Amino acid sequence: MVNYSYISFVLIIPLVVFLITGLFGKKMPGLSGILGALGMLGAACLSYFVAYQYFLVDGRVDGIYPTVMAFKQTWLQFTPSLKIDIGIILDPIAVMMLVVVTTVSFMVHLYSIGYMHGEERYATYYSFLSLFSFSMLGLVVSSNIFQMYMFWELVGVSSFLLVGFYFTKPSAVAAAKKAFIVTRFADLGFLAGILILSFYSESLDFQTIIHNMMDYNGTIFLNANAASFMGVSALTWALCLIFIGGAGKSAMFPFHIWLPDAMEGPTPVSALIHAATMVVAGVFLVARLFPVYSQVPAALDVVMYVGAFSAFFAAIIACTQTDIKRVLAYSTMSQIGYMMFALGVSGYWGEEGLGFTASMFHLFTHAMFKALLFLGAGAVIHYVHSNEMGDMGGLWKKMPITHIVFFIACLAISGVPPLSGFFSKEEILTAAYQHNKIVYAVGLLTACLTAFYMFRLFLMIFWNKEYKAHGRTEHHGEAPMTMKLPLLILAIATIFAGIIPFSMYVSADGTAVESHIHLREASMAVAAGAIGIFSAFFLYLKKNERPEMISSAFGALYRTAYKKFYVDELYLFVTKNMIFNFIAVPAAWIDRNVVDGMMDLIAAVTENLSDSIKSIQSGKISSYVMWFFVGAILLSMMIVYAL
Amino acid sequence: MNEFFLYLISIMILVFGALTVTSHKIFRSAIYLLFTLISIAALYFYLEYEFIAAVQIVVYVGGIVVLILFSLFLTHRVGADLPAPSYLKMFFTFLSVLFAFGFVYSLVIGHEFPEAEAIGSGISMNSIGKAMLNYGEGGFVLPFEVVSILLLAALIGSIAIAFKTKVKNS
Amino acid sequence: MGDMKFILAISFALFFIGAYGFLTRRNMITMLMAVELMLNAVNINFVVFNKYLYADKMDGLFFTIFIITIAAAEAAVAIAIIINLYRKFKSIDENDIDTLRW
Repeated sequence: MVNYSYISFVLIIPLVVFLITGLFGKKMPGLSGILGALGMLGAACLSYFVAYQYFLVDGRVDGIYPTVMAFKQTWLQFTPSLKIDIGIILDPIAVMMLVVVTTVSFMVHLYSIGYMHGEERYATYYSFLSLFSFSMLGLVVSSNIFQMYMFWELVGVSSFLLVGFYFTKPSAVAAAKKAFIVTRFADLGFLAGILILSFYSESLDFQTIIHNMMDYNGTIFLNANAASFMGVSALTWALCLIFIGGAGKSAMFPFHIWLPDAMEGPTPVSALIHAATMVVAGVFLVARLFPVYSQVPAALDVVMYVGAFSAFFAAIIACTQTDIKRVLAYSTMSQIGYMMFALGVSGYWGEEGLGFTASMFHLFTHAMFKALLFLGAGAVIHYVHSNEMGDMGGLWKKMPITHIVFFIACLAISGVPPLSGFFSKEEILTAAYQHNKIVYAVGLLTACLTAFYMFRLFLMIFWNKEYKAHGRTEHHGEAPMTMKLPLLILAIATIFAGIIPFSMYVSADGTAVESHIHLREASMAVAAGAIGIFSAFFLYLKKNERPEMISSAFGALYRTAYKKFYVDELYLFVTKNMIFNFIAVPAAWIDRNVVDGMMDLIAAVTENLSDSIKSIQSGKISSYVMWFFVGAILLSMMIVYAL
Repeated sequence: MNEFFLYLISIMILVFGALTVTSHKIFRSAIYLLFTLISIAALYFYLEYEFIAAVQIVVYVGGIVVLILFSLFLTHRVGADLPAPSYLKMFFTFLSVLFAFGFVYSLVIGHEFPEAEAIGSGISMNSIGKAMLNYGEGGFVLPFEVVSILLLAALIGSIAIAFKTKVKNS
Repeated sequence: MGDMKFILAISFALFFIGAYGFLTRRNMITMLMAVELMLNAVNINFVVFNKYLYADKMDGLFFTIFIITIAAAEAAVAIAIIINLYRKFKSIDENDIDTLRW
């Protein structure tokens, strides 16, 4: 077994870059971008090497990929049995995530050199970006659920910082706060889940938890199942609560409201955080604990239904939005819903674990094409200086490269063979078909909608009408080389990522599963995609009246979807009208009148008392001396006569 | 004869002391202080502690009183009357002081002191000098050094206090 | 022994004369003079005890010497402070200098 301890450099490099650019960035603004990109390049190369070493050189031991502890250190030893370790764990999903995160992060670093050029807080931007990369990488290699929680929160913080990067814009500040509060709220569930799970499994360590929970006849597993609260076993509660945390980060319904608003951040950040890496943290969390989840069908059902509903729900909203980044945001939510329900339909052993493999595969391919979509959208926004689809159209002549890569990414996300999205989506739908027909139907419908809204987006941006530079003169070309290069690399990855025999490497129980194209499911998925694509072409290739007619025909439904099903308004209603009126107002009253009143009373008593005796402290030395003299005499008399 | 001198010195100490704290002219007050200090030096002579008497005259009379007179000239118009304290205040202060004196006096007069071996007849300058620089038992070299440092510190401190404001004012 | 208690009584009287002066005077320099009187009363005490009770020792004597030294230092610092206050307040009446209050 090879020593993998060098993997810690993947974490150390971004941390060092963060410190350097954060502390000294102001003095070398130009350099910090190059430094950040070089650091991420190093981390990416290191993780490619690890992946090569892990999957191809070391390979399987006894038919499964071993779980390697590259580094382990006891951090807090509370009692002999309760301790918190800091460690680096390497297993197929962690290695896969390392590759995904470092790749996308490197692309975004490179892209940002061009995109953020001339920005005032350029160095700060890079330091935040490095902090984010560090936290995300730390999260995926955490060997300990508590360590994961720490990195989880760090990811939340860096996301907050990056979303609120343009902090002079009130909407960005509001979005950053919203993202932070919503995910924080969900993290409460995560924390409670951690506590319950670690209490019953008597460990915080992933491997120990999984080992304890996989032992069907062990006392620990039986205890966790036997203890129940409100008719549901403690283990189910723990897993559902942990899933709430995951749902918060992954923007699953009903915690999705922060994701579209988070698009206020710079576009490369959206590509990195809100498309490819951070939002899949929830998926990764469920995957990491998947052996435990697989023991509890009820928890898996929750994951499945929430995922499927979110996928469909977000797809409908995405069809109506006009802000291109919001369309992509809802598309992200929809695709993560796919990953979630794929996990939900999966079993643990052998062929049963197809859903798990498919979910991880989709995570991988989605990271590539969604990052590509976002970066492409960033290039468009960079060119047009607007997020609205109405301001675009006919851009294919002005931005040929962006046009082509965007087209490839749209084909991939629509599941057109032989692009990467096709393979992963096909696997997901196959897994769903084998497990639950309703979810399969929802998935198929969502696939159709996905193709529709993606091509609606594509056509609205690049075709539809002639481009008119509205007001602003064109002062630069398509994009600088640093922006084009990541687009091309990601486009290549998007095309070829599907060829990787993913199921050979990543599966639920670690064994190799032969994947094969199921012709029926595949053709259904492709057909669904094709319907979506053609209807989009029909409606949006040329500017015409048909979209208007359809939206007015749907009337109320269209408006509701356009307003994102009023979920935000519902939240506002709940928080503003109910929590505010029935909890906050009385609490404020108590605070003001009882708590403050108490303090005011004490203050008033003290003030009056001191007012009445303050004349003693007259500032006149002779009076002080007099008091001192009299006191000294009395004291000495007391000592002489009384004692 | 000796008794007479003791009474004379005592009366001088008390009278000049009382005049020091009651005189209305500040300059006169300083002169009375000078006389009081000289009378105390005389008391030390009477007790055959010539060295202390010499130090008293040199340091107090030659140093401190001169210092006080300098500061008087710096801060006062010569010949101006001091404001008289209120009679009520004087009365009560006098009472409390008298009371305190009575208290202390009654304590000491009633106290049986241990029998002295023999009333010493003064201490020679030679033995004082030896004791002051002796670091063995009964030697005072350490307090001597400490006091030297203290004097130096006081010297620098006084300069610093007086100097600071000057800079601020200019 | 008679001499000793008599001189002690004188020193107490001088001490409380000083105390009286310190309490009734308002001028800072005169207050300083009163303090000097009190210090001298204490010195007399030390010398008397040394002479009449411990004639073979020199502790009282040395205390007197050190007290005189420290009195000199104290007077120097006090006068520096007084002069400084005079510059600031144009007065050395302690009633005028009442910034040290609530």
